[in-house]
Amino acid sequence: MHRFILKRLLLLIPVLLGVSLLVFAIMSFTPGDPAQLILGENAPAEAVAELREEMGLNDPFVLRYAHFVGNAVTGDLGQSYTSGRDVFDEIFSRFPNTLILAALGVLIAVVIGIPIGIISATRQYSMIDSGSMIFALLGVSMPNFWLGLMMILLFAVNLGWVPSGGYSSWSSLIMPAITLGTGSAAIITRMTRSSMLEVIRQDYIRTARAKGVAENVVINRHALKNALIPVITVIGLQFGMLLGGAVLTETVFSWPGVGRMMVDAIRQKDTPTVLGAVVFLATTFSLVNLFVDLLYGFVDPRIKSQYA
Amino acid sequence: MSQEMTLDPIQGQLEKEPAPEIVAKAAPKKRSQWLEVWSRLKRDKMAMLGLVIITIVVLAAIFADFIADYETVVIAQNLSDRLQGPSAQYWLGTDEFGRDIFARIIHGTRVSLMVGVLSVAIAIVLGGGLGAVAGYYGGKLDNVIMRVMDIFLAVPSILLAIAIVSALGANLMNLMFAIAISSVPTYARVVRASVLTIRDQEFIEAARAIGASDFRIIFRHIIPNCLSPVIVQGALGVAGAILSTAGLSFIGLGIQPPEPEWGAMLAGGRQYLRHAWHVTTFPGLTIMITILALNLLGDGLRDALDPRLKH
Amino acid sequence: MTEQMNTQDLLSIEDLSIVYEVDGETTYAVNNLNISLKRGETLGLIGETGAGKTTTALGIMGLVPNPPGRIVNGKVIFDGEDLLQLPKEKMRSVRGNRISMIFQDPMTSLNPVMTVGEQIAEVIQIHEGVSKQSSFQKAKEMLEMVGIPAARSGDYPHQFSGGMKQRVVIAISLACNPDLLIADEPTTALDVTIQAQVLDLMKDLKTRYNTAMLLITHDLGVVAQVCDKVAIMYAGEVVESGDIRDVYENTKHPYTKGLFGSIPDLDLTVGRLKPIKGMMPDPTDPPSGCKFHPRCPDATAMCSLSEPEPVLTESGHTARCFMLQAMAEPLAAQKPLTELNRVQG
Repeated sequence: MHRFILKRLLLLIPVLLGVSLLVFAIMSFTPGDPAQLILGENAPAEAVAELREEMGLNDPFVLRYAHFVGNAVTGDLGQSYTSGRDVFDEIFSRFPNTLILAALGVLIAVVIGIPIGIISATRQYSMIDSGSMIFALLGVSMPNFWLGLMMILLFAVNLGWVPSGGYSSWSSLIMPAITLGTGSAAIITRMTRSSMLEVIRQDYIRTARAKGVAENVVINRHALKNALIPVITVIGLQFGMLLGGAVLTETVFSWPGVGRMMVDAIRQKDTPTVLGAVVFLATTFSLVNLFVDLLYGFVDPRIKSQYA
Repeated sequence: MSQEMTLDPIQGQLEKEPAPEIVAKAAPKKRSQWLEVWSRLKRDKMAMLGLVIITIVVLAAIFADFIADYETVVIAQNLSDRLQGPSAQYWLGTDEFGRDIFARIIHGTRVSLMVGVLSVAIAIVLGGGLGAVAGYYGGKLDNVIMRVMDIFLAVPSILLAIAIVSALGANLMNLMFAIAISSVPTYARVVRASVLTIRDQEFIEAARAIGASDFRIIFRHIIPNCLSPVIVQGALGVAGAILSTAGLSFIGLGIQPPEPEWGAMLAGGRQYLRHAWHVTTFPGLTIMITILALNLLGDGLRDALDPRLKH
Repeated sequence: MTEQMNTQDLLSIEDLSIVYEVDGETTYAVNNLNISLKRGETLGLIGETGAGKTTTALGIMGLVPNPPGRIVNGKVIFDGEDLLQLPKEKMRSVRGNRISMIFQDPMTSLNPVMTVGEQIAEVIQIHEGVSKQSSFQKAKEMLEMVGIPAARSGDYPHQFSGGMKQRVVIAISLACNPDLLIADEPTTALDVTIQAQVLDLMKDLKTRYNTAMLLITHDLGVVAQVCDKVAIMYAGEVVESGDIRDVYENTKHPYTKGLFGSIPDLDLTVGRLKPIKGMMPDPTDPPSGCKFHPRCPDATAMCSLSEPEPVLTESGHTARCFMLQAMAEPLAAQKPLTELNRVQG
C-alpha cells in the first residue's frame, strides 16, 4: 500500500512538469513587455531594458522555464507584476476560501445526488424517477454563473435573505456553495442512478435475493457498495472541477478566492499570478484524483489486492 | 459460422472477392443500421424534443438577418430606450444600451453554434486521430500520446481554455481554438478505447490476413466502428463548448462587445440586476434551453446507438 | 432413500405460464408447464438454451424480474402451499431457507465487495436468528464441508478460482439445510475436471441431507449421473418426462430422440452425428400446433393444426406427441391446455 502511494506520487512529478511546461509555454505568448508593464508606460527605455535583463526576460525559453521550475519547487512562484507581492503567498492566503466553497459544493452535491440517484434507480420509470431525472437534466444544462445571478436576483435583491456577494459571514457561503453544487449534484444523481441500475442487474444481486435477503438490505448493503465505486471517481472529478470551475462562481459572487484572483490577474496581464494559479490548481486537481484512486482500495477489495 | 464471424458489422463485407451469398446477406444490413438507429431515436420523445429545439436554434441562426438587421438593430445603441422591460415592441426588453434583447439573442445563436460545432469538429479530428493512432499501433507511441493527454487532463478544461485565451488574446478564433484544445484528450480517450476493443476482433484480422493496408483498415473498418461513441460525445461536446463560450465571454475572455453573445450579454446585465432583471434572465434561459436540447439529443443518441446501455 | 419417500409431492408445478413483455412484444418463455418432485428426489430439467429452464427456476423462487417478466397462470405448490399466493415476506423466509438456488455462473454470482464468510453467514443470520458470531462459526463449518479451509472465510471472491467459487455458492445454498435445491447449470461454466468434482460434492451433500434437487442442464451425461427423473423442455413446455431409465431407454418424443441422436456414442462407429435440423422457434412468435413440428422429421399435417396433449405411455412416463396419442388415451384429454392464455398461436 505504501509502495503504491509512493509510486503514484512519483508518477505525479512528470505530469506536473508537463502541466507547468504547457502553461508556461502558453503564457509566454502573452503580448506586451512585462518590464514596461511594471515600470509604467512613461518609463525610460534604458530602465525597461535594465529590468528586462534583471528579470531574465532576455534568456532563452528553456532557461526561463528551468528557472521557473527551480523556483517553484522551493515554493517561489515569483512576484505579481501589479502588486509586487509574492504569488505563492497570495495564492495561499486565498486558497482556503476556494477550498471551503468547493468542499461545501461537493458536500451538497453528494448529499442530494446519491440518495436521489438510489431512489430513482430502485423505482425506475416511476413519477419520482422521471421527476428527478428532469431536475438532473436541468441541473446539468444550467450555466452555473447564470444560476448564481438568478439566485442573487431572488434571494439577495428581492428577498434580502442573504448578502449578494463578498465573504462577510457564514451566510455569504450559502448561495455560492449551492450554485457550485447544483451542477455536480445533477451529474452525481445521473451517475448514481445508472450505476445502481447496472448493479441491480448483476447475478450477485439475484443471489442475495435468492438467499432471502430483504429488499432494502439488498439495495443498501449488497448493491450500494458496488454501485458507489464509479460514483466515487465522479465525485473526485467534480471536486477537482469545482476547484477550477470556481472561477466563474467566484466572479459572480465577488468571492475572494483563487479563481477570482486569477480573473483579475488576466485583466491586468499579470502573467506570474495567472501561471502560478493555474499550476497550483492543476496540482490540487491531480492530488485530489490521486486521493480518489487510493480511496478505491477501501471500497473495492479487487483493487486493494493489487496494491500489495 | 466462421465466415459470418469475420464480417465487419459496419462494412458488411469481406475485403476481396466475398462469397456472393454473404454480400447479399450483409448489404441490406449496412443501409438499415442507420435507419434502425433513426427509428429508435424517433420513438424517444425527449430526444425528439431536443431535436426540434436544436432545429429552431439552427433556423434562427440561418435567418437571423431576416429577423433583425445587424447594423441598425443588433449593435446600434439607442440610449433613449435603455433597460426597457418586455413589451410589444421589445419582446424581451432592451439592454443597457437600448438594444433589443430578442434580436441580440437571435444573432447570438450564430456565434454559439459556430464555436460549438467548429471547436468540437477540430477536437474530434485532432483527438480522434491521436486516439486512433495510439490505440491501433499501441506500444511506445500509445504511451507517449496518452501521457501527453494525461498532462492536458490534469488541468481542468475551463482553466486550460482561460489560460490559452488570456495568452493569445480574446477573439473568436482563439476562443474556438482554446475550447477545441481543452477537449482534445476526451476524444482521444473515447476513440482509443473503442479502437482497442475493435482492433483485436476477427474481422480486422481477416482484413489483415488478405493483405489490406493499415490505412485501409483504419479508415474503412476501425473509424466507422468507433463512430457511435464519438457521435454521442460530440453532441454532448457541442453543449459543453457553448457553455464554455458563454462562461469565457462572461468573464471578458470571449466574444467582445458590441457583438452579441449570450454570456457577454449576461455579464453586461449583471450591474443592472436590481432594476432590469430581464437583461440577465433571457440570455441565460436561452443558454439553458439550448444546452438542455443538446443533452436530450445526446442521451437519446446514446440509447439509440447502443440499446444495450439503455436504462 | 426410497424408504422415507413421502407419497405426497414436495414440489408440484401446475400449468405454469410465464411471459416477458418488452416494448409491446410478448415472449412466451414458459407455457403451461407441469412437473412434480418428491422429497429427496432429483429431477433433471433438460433443454436447449432458451427453452425456459431458468425462467421456470426463477418462477419457483419468486424471482422472475418484474417488469418485464410476469407469471400469467399456474400454481407452484411446495409442501402443500402455493408459493405464488404467499405474501412477499413469507416468500422471503422460504428463499434461501427451505428452497435455495445455485446459479449458472459462479464468477458473477458472488458479491465482489463482501468476504465469502460474510456471504455464507448472512443467509444463516436471516433464517436461523442466531448471533453474528455463531453464524460466522457455522459459515466456517460450511466452508470446510465443501472442501475449502475455514481460514479462507475472510477472503474475497476474486481470490478464488471458478470451481472454488461454485463450492462457496453451494455452501451458501445448503447452509440452512433446504428441502429443495435448484441448481441451474451448476457446472456449465467450469472446467471438465472441476465439473466432476463439483457434481460429486453436490450428489454427496444432497444424499446426506436428503435434499430434493431440481437440476437444470443441457448435459444429458450429467443427468444420467445424478438424476432419478427427467423432464425434457422444448419452447417453454415439457415434451417428455419420466423415470430416467424409461426416458433414456424407451425414448418416445421425436425431440428427445433428436437430442440423443446428436450425442456421439463411443461404442458405435457412426459416420456423422445427426443434429436436429433448424432452430428453436422464436418465442415471441411460437409456431401453431405442436411447437416442435417445423423441425420434426415425423411431422404430419395434423401437427401444425393442434397441440398434442401429454400421453401416459407407461407408469410415470409421459410424452406430448400425436404419434403416441393414436396408441393410448391422452393423460388429460378433458383439460384444454392450449389457447388458454394465448393471444396468438
